[in-house]
Amino acid sequence: MASDSQPSTLNSQPSECPPPSAFISQPSAAWDLIIRPTTGWFDLHLADLWRYRDLTMLFVWRDFVAQYKQTILGPLWHLLQPLFTTLLFTVIFGRIAQLPTDGVPPMLFYMAGVTAWTYFAECLNRTSTTFILNASVFGKVYFPRLCVPLSVVVSNLIKFAIQFALFLAFLAYFRVRGAAVHPNLAVLLAPILLLLMAAMGLGVGIIVSALTTKYRDLQVLVTFGVQLAMYATPVIYPLSIFPNSARWMVIVNPMAPIIEAFRYAFLGEGLFSWRYLGISAGIISAILFLGIVLFNHVERTFMDTV
Amino acid sequence: MSDTVIEVDHLWKKYRLGVLGTGTLRHDFNRWLHRIAGKPDPYAKVGRAQKSENTSRKAALTSDLSSSLHNDEMWALRDVSFEVQRGEILGVIGRNGAGKSTLLKILSRVTAPTHGEVRVKGRIASLLEVGTGFHPELTGRENIYLNGAILGMTKAEIRSNLDAIVAFAEVGEFLDTPVKRYSSGMYVRLAFAVAAHLEPEILIVDEVLAVGDAEFQKKCLNKMDEVAHGGRTILFVSHNMAAIQTLCTRAMLLSSGQVAGAGKTEDVVREYLSEHHANSSGLLAPGAAKRAPQFEPIIEHACLLDTAGSATGAVAIGAAVTVRVCLKPKRRVVRPVVGIGINNCLGMRVVGFNTIMNQNLAIPEVSKPCRLDCRIASLPLAPGEYSVKLVVTEMGEDVDVLEEAFRFIVLTTDYYGTGRLPASTQGVMLCKANWSIASQEDADLAAKI
Repeated sequence: MASDSQPSTLNSQPSECPPPSAFISQPSAAWDLIIRPTTGWFDLHLADLWRYRDLTMLFVWRDFVAQYKQTILGPLWHLLQPLFTTLLFTVIFGRIAQLPTDGVPPMLFYMAGVTAWTYFAECLNRTSTTFILNASVFGKVYFPRLCVPLSVVVSNLIKFAIQFALFLAFLAYFRVRGAAVHPNLAVLLAPILLLLMAAMGLGVGIIVSALTTKYRDLQVLVTFGVQLAMYATPVIYPLSIFPNSARWMVIVNPMAPIIEAFRYAFLGEGLFSWRYLGISAGIISAILFLGIVLFNHVERTFMDTV
Repeated sequence: MSDTVIEVDHLWKKYRLGVLGTGTLRHDFNRWLHRIAGKPDPYAKVGRAQKSENTSRKAALTSDLSSSLHNDEMWALRDVSFEVQRGEILGVIGRNGAGKSTLLKILSRVTAPTHGEVRVKGRIASLLEVGTGFHPELTGRENIYLNGAILGMTKAEIRSNLDAIVAFAEVGEFLDTPVKRYSSGMYVRLAFAVAAHLEPEILIVDEVLAVGDAEFQKKCLNKMDEVAHGGRTILFVSHNMAAIQTLCTRAMLLSSGQVAGAGKTEDVVREYLSEHHANSSGLLAPGAAKRAPQFEPIIEHACLLDTAGSATGAVAIGAAVTVRVCLKPKRRVVRPVVGIGINNCLGMRVVGFNTIMNQNLAIPEVSKPCRLDCRIASLPLAPGEYSVKLVVTEMGEDVDVLEEAFRFIVLTTDYYGTGRLPASTQGVMLCKANWSIASQEDADLAAKI
């Protein structure tokens, strides 16, 4: 419409753009920042992310503090949530459906699964809305956008710690009562399992968030997709209910070996396999890498499409 | 050349209009199917498609890029190039939609350009909005940290500036109160204070001065001036010509996404105003001015004339001007009185004239179209934007009132002949005055005699 009203000014434009001669005047080393239309797909500027680490931590702290202002129970909610879910699962899947739990007290069995799965699910759910929820801030100021999903993953770690402590308390109680649970040396792997779950949640989450800038349909899909995925992962049932020949169907899900290994480490029952964990770690790394690449690509222009 | 801190090189930015409704997977899939089959885009708007064909034929003569537009696309920036030197305050002006915000967004890396390149020396901080990322539940202190970090400061930098920020914002005792309980003035003060204490080499500011009271606006302007004198560079976008004139050393005018002029602030502002008023030209477009329903249309149009007798939208301080009011009553109006009121941008009446008050000009009646000229020998108003209210009364009763018949701008000029430019911060009007100095003894002596 602008070109209609002022055809005369159009004539004064250069006939081609950009004229190549204009570019070679300055060596690029003299400049601190060059803003270009497109950067390479693999230019991830992770150094920027490090420079903004204070911001990431402030986001973590904001999430935690702001969430509980004007609530009575505050962080206690973190305890109630897994507690009630566990009780519900114990009644429905343990008592009514009578799913086996490999000889582990059902309460502990479900709590282990729920604690681990909740961390992953929360990471995924909350990172998947990164662009949509932060559009107003992203539209006004630059900072590495990855700070936001990263802060979500870290702040969920605090929640996980609280829920994990609850789980440990129950574990100790059942052990004193003489239940058949056997925590073993594999617990040392717990930080790695946690890291894998964080990476998986973050990876899938930022892929979804990058795609939702264009396809809002995905937003609806995520919440209930995560719920469905829980049933495709051995959270409420042990992997052992499948015959050996059918296990691959579950194992292709990278979350399955992690949940199984988590349960094995703390309860002594479950499948612990370096091979499956290795495959899972490989798939997760690929997803995370793809996520970061996609996310970085979208962050440069998403303001124009949101 | 070595002191160039920003170099913008042939920058183009394309925007898509009417993105709504195209963002679903099904549409994209369908579009892809059609493309494979060699059919036209099923979601292209027919009307627009024809129009863009038309424009692209015109543009093809001049620019390859302009013709590369698809349906629903437009250039927000077209081939923008300029340079900014260290320590300079560059004012960017232009009408709404001229591309100012797009330019700032690209410079602050919120969005990427379509073509071209920007090269920058030093750290850029942008202030496109005050209080970005403020969380209502957090306290003032907590928000200072959060907002500071969003703007690019580290925790240590914020901590060392905390006292200065709090002092500037004047929120001392409320520092530990959630900002949702703040008055909007406090909120804005706190937000600007954080931004003002950023220490980037380049600061990008967009229209933030439109908020806050006059006192605070002045404080902000002073702070920006101070920042620039510290050797840092500022890019300032505003519609407030007075602020641009006081603050900026150089200005650039954007028009339809292109650089329409750059150079000395005064010249560019003048250029902007002449462009600005080429369309409205201070004239009252029929039906455009607000007329309450109870009034009858008696005033046909009104405008401001300069000494040469041509309509203008911008005059210098103290200029001789004429307000022309054309009446076209549909009936006989008996003993009308015509009044003119000039209001400043805050809505304050600065000066008023009417036919009786000024010279007892008794008009027995008006029934045919006529023209009233009110000559003002000198209009000593402070620089800024003004609106003109017109009133016609018949036998003491208002019959036609236009709250805002037209607007005009007063440009700063060397009114006193001292080589200094008066600013809007010195009052609403200017008055020539003579100063003299004498010692107390001389004065006593003079009193005795």
